[in-house]
Amino acid sequence: MSDLLKIADKTYQSRLLVGTGKYQDFAQTRAAIDASGAEIVTVAIRRTNIGQTAGEPSLLDFLPPEEFTYLPNTAGCYSADDAVRTLRLARELLDGHKLVKLEVLGDPNTLYPNMIETIAAAKVLVKDGFDVMVYCSDDPIIAKQLEDIGCCAVMPLASLIGSGMGILNPWNLQIIIANANIPVLVDAGVGTASDAAIAMELGCQGVLMNTAIAAARDPVLMASAMRKAVEAGREAYLAGRMPKKLYSASPSSPTAGLIA
Amino acid sequence: MQLMINGKPRSFEGPTFSVANLVASLNLEGKRLAIECNGEIVPRSQFASTQLLEGDQLEIVGAVGGG
Repeated sequence: MSDLLKIADKTYQSRLLVGTGKYQDFAQTRAAIDASGAEIVTVAIRRTNIGQTAGEPSLLDFLPPEEFTYLPNTAGCYSADDAVRTLRLARELLDGHKLVKLEVLGDPNTLYPNMIETIAAAKVLVKDGFDVMVYCSDDPIIAKQLEDIGCCAVMPLASLIGSGMGILNPWNLQIIIANANIPVLVDAGVGTASDAAIAMELGCQGVLMNTAIAAARDPVLMASAMRKAVEAGREAYLAGRMPKKLYSASPSSPTAGLIA
Repeated sequence: MQLMINGKPRSFEGPTFSVANLVASLNLEGKRLAIECNGEIVPRSQFASTQLLEGDQLEIVGAVGGG
C-alpha cells in the first residue's frame, strides 16, 4: 500500500518526525533515530563553540544531511525577528535548504507558543521562499490563518513541550484536521506510544516528538515503539474504526447451534 | 583589530582580514557553519572577498541537536 506523507511537494515513507536533542551522546541519537525510522529530523541553530578542538565530532557527522531531511527549527526564539534571522542562517548553513520548522515561544516556563509573533514570522518566511512547517497552539482559527498565509504544514501542540501529558484536546485537533487543506502534524506533548497512536487515529498526517523518545529509560526501544504506534494509528485511521456504543446485543459468536 | 564574535570580543593581527582568514584562524575550516556580519549573512562563496573592519559584530552558527 502506498500511503506517503507529502510535505511541500516531497514525499516521505515515515510519518514520524523526530528531534535530535537531549540524548546522552551522538551514537545514542543515531541509534534512536534509526529505530524510529524517521526521515525528517529537527536540528537547532546555535552559536558555534569557538576554540573547540579541531576534529571534535558534530551532530552532522552522525546524521549526514544526505541521509536525512533536516528540519532546522527556531526553538528558543521569542520574537519573529529572531526566528526569521535564525532560519536565514539555517538556509545558508544547509546550502539553500527551504524546509523549516517555525516555533516562536511566549513564555520560558511553559514554552507555550506566542502565536502573534509566530504569524508575523510566518508571513516573512513564506514571502522569502521558505517551506514553513509551523508549531502552533491548538486553536482552529489560528491554524487556518497559518494555512492562508502559505505555511506548508501546521503542527499544533498535543500538550506543552516536554510535558509528556499526551493529547489534551482531541476535539480541537479534530476541528483543525477537518478544516485543513495542508498536513496537520501533532508536535509536542506526546509522552508514550499510545499518545502517538491516538494522534494518528484522529487523522493527523504525522507526529513530531523529541523528549518522549530521548527521556525514556531506553530511548532506542521507545523510538521503535513510536514507529509502530504511528504506523498502527495511521492504519487504524485509514481502516475506519467501528462506532462506539454503550453495549451491543450482537455477540461475535453465532447465537444459533448452542448446546441444550 | 578587535571583533565581536558570538557576543565576545576577540583580537586579531593585521590591518586587513577577510572572513576566510577569520574562519582559518579559529580552526573552523571545513566545518559546516553560517556567518552573519553586522546582521547580514555572508554567503560561503564570499568568505574570501569579504573584508572585516574594526568592531564588526559576527555571529558564527552551526547545527546542534534540538527538538
